[in-house]
Amino acid sequence: MIVFKYIAEVLFYAFMILTFMGGFMAVRSRLLMHAVLGLAVSLLGVAGLYFYLGSPFLAMMQVLIYVGAVCIMIVMGVMLGNTPDQLAYKNFEGRNTILAAFACALGFVALYVAIGQAKFAPAAEKVGDMSIRFIGESLLFQYCLAFELISVILLTAIVGAIILARGGREEEAK
Amino acid sequence: MMISANLNTYLIIAVILLIIGLYGMLQHRSLIGMLISSEFILNGAGLNFMAFNRFVAPNPAVGQIYTLFIMGIAAAEAAIVISIIIAVYRKYGSEDPERVQDMKL
Repeated sequence: MIVFKYIAEVLFYAFMILTFMGGFMAVRSRLLMHAVLGLAVSLLGVAGLYFYLGSPFLAMMQVLIYVGAVCIMIVMGVMLGNTPDQLAYKNFEGRNTILAAFACALGFVALYVAIGQAKFAPAAEKVGDMSIRFIGESLLFQYCLAFELISVILLTAIVGAIILARGGREEEAK
Repeated sequence: MMISANLNTYLIIAVILLIIGLYGMLQHRSLIGMLISSEFILNGAGLNFMAFNRFVAPNPAVGQIYTLFIMGIAAAEAAIVISIIIAVYRKYGSEDPERVQDMKL
């Protein structure tokens, strides 16, 4: 059915716009809570793009880890760090918006031209497929080191975060 | 020509995510705002890996594992940064990056 192809294409545009709108909201909103909301929306858009790249597994992980865990953690940080009356403080005071936008536009044009010039040839032969089963087997056999490294990094991060965050509490108790 | 089956589309989306992150880094006046911007940069990198994995790479598991690795690192980074921000906030009473430039706790 050719109709489904067009519907998929329209949905692709929708995910793209979701990504950009969320990003714009995240960098331009005055309230930090709105910025986190923009981040979540943008990450949902990227999860949709992962679907189009043939990996529903990573789309699910994106929603689970980024939208579910990282954004909630940042929301916690916003609520712990700011008292409500400070939430509306001037987020961009003393920043030169035009200069920053100009620098970013320059970087965008440079990378855009570089992408236009580059030629990427697909690999001659492919092994395996995009299935979750193949990822799981690769993680447990060929790329076992990466798997273990993620666990060690996460453990170190959790221990480090606990030590850093509880530093002041004992001083207050004394 | 379907735009969703084209490598360059995804690369340009990733570039825009990177630029959004850089712009946010320059603009935001709070440490949490800068952390949000860094998430955009990491996500752009992940999207790039997935795009090359889909269209160019010989083994389609490598890019997905790398993107999972980036997600793990982003989660660890966010946890550490939030705890640093809480420590800084407790010490300085604000999270303006200009007040904590000397990095003495």
